[in-house]
Amino acid sequence: MEITIRSLWTLVHGMGFGALYLLAGSGAIVLLYYRSSKNIPTNALPRSNRFLGIYLSTMAALAWLTVLTGTYIIYPWYRATPPNGTVDLAAFPRSLLLSHPATSQSHSIGMEWKEHIAWLVPIAITMAAYIAVKYARDFGNHPQLRTALLGFVTTSLLAAGIAGFFGAMLDKNAPVDGGQTIRLVHGGKE
Amino acid sequence: MSVQMKIAPEVFPVITDSTVIPNGSAAAAILSASIGSIAVALFAVAADKSANAKDLFVFYKPTGALSGETTVAVLLWLATWAILNWRWRKRNVSLLRINLIALVLFSLSLLLTFPLIGDLF
Repeated sequence: MEITIRSLWTLVHGMGFGALYLLAGSGAIVLLYYRSSKNIPTNALPRSNRFLGIYLSTMAALAWLTVLTGTYIIYPWYRATPPNGTVDLAAFPRSLLLSHPATSQSHSIGMEWKEHIAWLVPIAITMAAYIAVKYARDFGNHPQLRTALLGFVTTSLLAAGIAGFFGAMLDKNAPVDGGQTIRLVHGGKE
Repeated sequence: MSVQMKIAPEVFPVITDSTVIPNGSAAAAILSASIGSIAVALFAVAADKSANAKDLFVFYKPTGALSGETTVAVLLWLATWAILNWRWRKRNVSLLRINLIALVLFSLSLLLTFPLIGDLF
């Protein structure tokens, strides 16, 4: 079993950081919804509020890792320009997508949206993490703040979901592949 | 404890005292994040419409204009955050109004980054 270095980075970016962010996002919404309830004495939950700050800070770290690996490691491989006369475009995903009318919109809509909307996620979740840490001991006195956090974390999850969806679609049609091959498991003789 | 509302008590009717952390820092974080988000969207539209803007945003050639659009937007976000936090950190502000502005800016950001809408401009 083997994998190329570019495929490995794509896995780390999408299935690692990105998917983990999406999974964590649903948990964050539950945590924040719980705190938005009027019947919950939030100041009676200092340890839980501290946990929320750590949880959202971890999500912020995941969001930054996702966009930075995507923008500065994988995207350059995706948008690389093939030399003149190149027939096999497998190593040039953007050119491969644009070469067929059936897949060109995967780039012109999918990738164009994904590459920008993804950057809204770390900005929104960093703000949420800061507020959760700063007001960890004082959430009970700021009901509007709890509701706002719930809204912005949900928005960031929506943006991350759109980016993740198009990332998966693009990888299905024109995977970023190539580079050095890493052998994960040595196969035996049959 | 003294009871005082500095801004828009009719919009944000919370009684404050010295033991409650003012909401100014949170408002600064929310508003600046929404400004950073709309900056990402506006820079994307600008780079798509203008070849000069696109060239200006190429900070790292392998990534193209995306590198500059996002770097400038993040710097703008952090600078706005620092300034607003410095001004509002000891105050209570109208969080409802800030949240509404932020909601509109975030929603516009989501829409403007969608290429078919960005292409309308």
